[in-house]
Amino acid sequence: MWRYLIPLGLFIVLVVFLSIGLKLDPRDVPSPLIDKPAPAFSLPELDKPQQHVSPANMKGKVWLLNVWASWCVSCRAEHPVLNALAQTGEVTLIGLNYKDTLTDAKQWLQQRGNPYSVIAFDQDGRVGIDWGVYGVPETFVIDKQGMIRYKHTGPVTRQALKDIILPLVRELKKEPA
Amino acid sequence: MSREWLVLAGLLVGLLSNTVLAGVEVHQFDNPAQEQQYKHLTNELRCLVCQNQNLADSNADLAQDLRQEIYEMIQQGKSNQEIIDFMVARYGDFVLYRPPVKSTTLFLWIGPFLILGIGIVILLFYIRGRRTSQEPALDTAQHERAQRLLQDEDEKQS
Repeated sequence: MWRYLIPLGLFIVLVVFLSIGLKLDPRDVPSPLIDKPAPAFSLPELDKPQQHVSPANMKGKVWLLNVWASWCVSCRAEHPVLNALAQTGEVTLIGLNYKDTLTDAKQWLQQRGNPYSVIAFDQDGRVGIDWGVYGVPETFVIDKQGMIRYKHTGPVTRQALKDIILPLVRELKKEPA
Repeated sequence: MSREWLVLAGLLVGLLSNTVLAGVEVHQFDNPAQEQQYKHLTNELRCLVCQNQNLADSNADLAQDLRQEIYEMIQQGKSNQEIIDFMVARYGDFVLYRPPVKSTTLFLWIGPFLILGIGIVILLFYIRGRRTSQEPALDTAQHERAQRLLQDEDEKQS
């Protein structure tokens, strides 16, 4: 009896471990920046290079930072979702254009629409490094205190927006400034 | 050495140095210690894009930027610990090829030894179990019976 049950038990344990492993996404690296202050930056605005974008200006508001680039293929997939989000006007969406060129970025927005209220132009990717960006697109949720509360790696899906990001935004809006 | 050989060797050297230069950006260091520090750090830190490569091996854009960042920090005279802290603050423990011993990584560190221990225990039990079951001792009565049976066999054959 035992001589059959022991290998069977071991096999089941192995299957359980492997199936958990299959579900894990190795690309989803937990960010150490969660619940830490959003790294400060001051970058030129994409449309008006004389003006600067800085997270400090957003104190007291709940907002999203979306890191994108015209060379990023998955950004195309999430763009309609962001456009739809911008139309509801539920939360301020700020773009961080990461390691891109001005002309490419502008052309991309012209073709696909611009969901961002303002876009910071991070040409050399320095700010991206400060925010721990390793794969565009990435989306951060920042609360009224200027703390990063959530990070979404990869394209934002309607599902993720509806189930995780927007409920969190609504929660954070209730918090005192 | 003949002329042909010299030409061949020259071509080979030229070819090799080209491929080396093509893949890697060039950094100038003030002293060998800094170069050593750079080599050490880029070997110890993981590239987050191609996750099974370190920063030294990776050709990813991000790895290039991070190498540049490390280079500049070394030029500023930052210590290894300061540079590693900089990386961990941004990318988390994942950026380290050698994860720190913490409650969350404890199983990672002791797991293999634990499994080895369990394996040795099972092996010992198995060996002991086999040794005792291999030759069951006969008491004198059984011994005599076996003797008789063998004798009968002999008589039948003869």
